[in-house]
Amino acid sequence: MPKPKKVKIKIMKRKLAITLGSLAIIASVYLFAADHIDAPGVASTSSDITDFYAFQSMDNTSNIVFVANLQGLLSPTATASASFDENVMVEFNIDTNADAIEDLVIQCTFENGQVSVYGPVAPTQMGTSSTLVAESLSVSAAITAYNQSAVIGTGNGIKVFAGPRDDPFFMDFAQYGQIIGGNATSFNDPGADTFAGSNVMSVVVEVPKSMIGGSGSINTWVTSNRKQ
Amino acid sequence: MKKTYLNKIWTVAAICTLALSTLACNDDDDTPAIPTTYTQEDQMGRPAINTVFVSSANKDQFNTTAPSAQGGAFQAAFQSQLLALNAGYTTNALGLDAATFTTVLATDVLTVSLDGTTTFFDGTNVLTGRRLADDVISVELLLIFGGPDGSANPGLTDDNVDANDKSFLSTFPYLATPW
Repeated sequence: MPKPKKVKIKIMKRKLAITLGSLAIIASVYLFAADHIDAPGVASTSSDITDFYAFQSMDNTSNIVFVANLQGLLSPTATASASFDENVMVEFNIDTNADAIEDLVIQCTFENGQVSVYGPVAPTQMGTSSTLVAESLSVSAAITAYNQSAVIGTGNGIKVFAGPRDDPFFMDFAQYGQIIGGNATSFNDPGADTFAGSNVMSVVVEVPKSMIGGSGSINTWVTSNRKQ
Repeated sequence: MKKTYLNKIWTVAAICTLALSTLACNDDDDTPAIPTTYTQEDQMGRPAINTVFVSSANKDQFNTTAPSAQGGAFQAAFQSQLLALNAGYTTNALGLDAATFTTVLATDVLTVSLDGTTTFFDGTNVLTGRRLADDVISVELLLIFGGPDGSANPGLTDDNVDANDKSFLSTFPYLATPW
């Protein structure tokens, strides 16, 4: 895993490019990732979602695990001082009847060193505005600090973790940029994982399937939302 | 007249007192009296959709459009972008033509099965969730560039990075410790 240095070099290059005002270079190099720095309004902010995962629990097949990652491309040094934004609420949206409208939400807030999980519960508002369903608090736990063992909160059948983790995303995203930029015509073999050695701020919530529809399929998406 | 005016003052005073005492109570037990409201800034369903299919000018708009409205607002642009990436696109390994494939993609939600295997693609199951180890980028590249049987554009259908740089955990919280 000899990649941390490579990532550092990339970050240095990026800083240099910013200094030079070469925004075009940034746009072409950082075109593509899972959702890392996907849009100008959220790139490199505390509400930038880098990735979203949803899968059956390995601990208990009756549960589904939701993962939201934020603030990507954190170097180990930057991770030590990284934190969740107290004004940003992460919301997992769950559509149980295939109309792409949320029927249930799981809301996560980060205040006073604690992550708090509300729901799964029917939202009081649908769409791009959200209201905290404050009476539906399910579980709280301390946010895990860098280099501490994971603090896991358990309550009402729900588990939660919040804190820095290795970015689970992998891709030769630099070479994709070269291809899109017209400087290459194919990927390399082997490729180089652009995200090796970098961290994200993760929220992991595990809930019983019985709380989110029980059987069949759900549609799900994650949003980051700023307090008004 | 005068009595009504006085009544109003008393009513206002009573409301103020009530409001103050409510606030005071809530300071004690930390429950906000006024609902906490939020406005959406970023959103994600399937991996890499906004980054690949949405033009720079529309990326913030895509992030703040509810999924139920995304198809109508963005499908046509997704189809143009798909054909810009791969001018020779006919159908893909799922048998979807450009219009059908981009109709699926433009509503950016992740479908997750509650009945068993959850994976983006594991050779058998398709789009039943997303596990940490799923090589989602190679799946998407294959669906964009690989043609009907996955054999087209072989240099573009796999980035040849097939796994994460740290092993995942077998128990909660599953993600590897930070570097």
